[in-house]
Amino acid sequence: MKIHEYQGKEIFRQFGVAVPEGYPAFSIDKAVDAYRRLPGNLAVVKAQIQAGGRGKGGGIKLVKNEVEVRNTARNMLGMQLVTHQTGSEGKQVERLLIEAGVEIARELYAGIVLDRAAGEYVFMVSTEGGVEIEKIARETPDKIIKEWINPGLGLRPYQARKLAYALGLQGAQVKTATQIFMALWKVFTAKDCSLIEINPLVVTKGDLIIALDAKINFDDNGLFRHPEIEELRDISEEDPTEAEANKFSLNYIKLDGNVGCMVNGAGLAMATMDIIKLNGGEPANFLDVGGVANAKTVANGFRLILSDPNVKSVLVNIFGGIVRCDRVAEGIITALSEIDIKVPVIIRLEGTNAVEAVKLLKRSPLEFNVATSLQDGAVKAVSAAGGGVK
Amino acid sequence: MSVLVNKNTRLIIQGITGQEGSFHGQQMQDYGTNLVGGVTPGKGGQKPLEVPVFNTVDEARVATAANTSVIFVPPAFAAEAIMEAAAAGIELIVCITEGIPTSDMIQVHKFLADKSIRLVGPNCPGVISPGQAKVGIMPGFIHTPGSIGVISRSGTLTYEAVHQLGKLGLGQSTSIGLGGDPIIGTTFIDMLSLFKDDYATEGVVLIGEIGGTAEEEAAQWTVDNDFSKPIVAFIAGQTAPSGRRMGHAGAIIAGGKGTAEDKMKALKKADITVVKSPAEIGSTMYEALK
Repeated sequence: MKIHEYQGKEIFRQFGVAVPEGYPAFSIDKAVDAYRRLPGNLAVVKAQIQAGGRGKGGGIKLVKNEVEVRNTARNMLGMQLVTHQTGSEGKQVERLLIEAGVEIARELYAGIVLDRAAGEYVFMVSTEGGVEIEKIARETPDKIIKEWINPGLGLRPYQARKLAYALGLQGAQVKTATQIFMALWKVFTAKDCSLIEINPLVVTKGDLIIALDAKINFDDNGLFRHPEIEELRDISEEDPTEAEANKFSLNYIKLDGNVGCMVNGAGLAMATMDIIKLNGGEPANFLDVGGVANAKTVANGFRLILSDPNVKSVLVNIFGGIVRCDRVAEGIITALSEIDIKVPVIIRLEGTNAVEAVKLLKRSPLEFNVATSLQDGAVKAVSAAGGGVK
Repeated sequence: MSVLVNKNTRLIIQGITGQEGSFHGQQMQDYGTNLVGGVTPGKGGQKPLEVPVFNTVDEARVATAANTSVIFVPPAFAAEAIMEAAAAGIELIVCITEGIPTSDMIQVHKFLADKSIRLVGPNCPGVISPGQAKVGIMPGFIHTPGSIGVISRSGTLTYEAVHQLGKLGLGQSTSIGLGGDPIIGTTFIDMLSLFKDDYATEGVVLIGEIGGTAEEEAAQWTVDNDFSKPIVAFIAGQTAPSGRRMGHAGAIIAGGKGTAEDKMKALKKADITVVKSPAEIGSTMYEALK
């Protein structure tokens, strides 16, 4: 789960990580109010969307007086902000952060991520702050300095100090940075984070070290013990269909193609998308109906898939294990007699009671296109959608 | 023969009195797995499935000489259950539970590091050696005894591969689902190493998916260790968009890393036969063994 920058900074404040004074604003008037509360004239208006690259897209603007704040807030609120992470349609800006300006001497990077291969979290810093970290990792990997964190001991002060010196910090800066790094680790463990990134972490001309940005992602599997984080969720940041799917415990991700697919199991769902593409089609979605593919989940699955007007055919691919295929078939028949479906449905059922399931489908008054194998299903679904390899 | 589980498996179920634990316990028993007991704290003394239930894994191991445990406890307590089993000296721990927090699994990973104990999963279907023992939730009847080792990060996609193999008369020595989480116990390399030394395994099907670098590491391992048995590999998620978690917590392309393309390239470089289509796993294995 992701949260907004202003929410991340609030968490940083609670744990003693210095951030600029700033206030969120959801309207133009509130933006001006927020500006009035700041100490100096120089301030920054920052669009709060959960994607990186906001500066380039026009989502971060410097302002020097109330008129500029008002104009900037008016322009930003409601705009579709497009960045390299949002896709071409962009994301609508509904929230702003009005923050005191900072005189920057150096821009650094600090982050904590999971190293899957090592089975440990890793603390990373770089002197190349303010730049896309993936770019640095690709082009000059030696400019990223890492310390692996022993899960039993946590981040140790000597490690934090090492990182501070590696950043070329001096004198009192080292102590401040060490404290910040230790505090970040505390945030990470206390909140079950999956990622923390500060880009940039700045050294000011007044020699302070401040988190100018705050990106915090949380481990979805850890949310059950953090109701306070769950409360920060911004539904408007999520695709409405995907949020709807969540309510039914279905795993749905919308894509750009026209062949809808309904599959049980994440691996098989991905493989089904792949085989659609291999046969010249484009998958319209990823949908894992999970272990219990009953009439209700199947019906909800169809509703989700068909809410996408691009869908021209639907491929149902269920491998029955513990789930019996005849039960799934009954589910499909019930669902389709309730929903007005105007596109061809291709069904491939394999595994437990598959033979009985096919009989049920053939006997029903509804028209089904039954596929005999995964490949056969993909070919039929793609051609029904009007595509395919000629 | 087979690896990990066989006729000598003496199995206990952690969470045996729960809905999942008792249902799948029955299924495993019906398959012929030697279930010797179960553990549910506070339910010691009960006897579901005609086997004794204990309050702790320690008690269960001492009383039953169990060497394998399968875990069905809820995500909030699952990491603890794995550690309890490991501390009790259970040699093989199979954790089915989905949704364990990553930070918990990192603790488990550390806890197991200096012990000669094997963990499979979490968030996996388990392990089966057809005709001998089924330790997990996979449908037993689609499997047949034979000479193909199957290693996969997925559940139903593994069944699909096993089904394709079976239709061509290719049985399996052992089939394992490693699990869809970012931190798992047994890896592709662990399994390749076991299959390398298993004389009954003549070929290996390797099913990976996007996210992480486990497939790349496995590919390199086969080169470094002169793995000579034929391997057929498929990577799920060739069409998956970047930055989106595709169902499994571990199936995500992040920061340009973990793409299907990279994995397929690494596997091919190691002279492994890579199929683009999930429908061709079985037939390609059949050809490879000719």
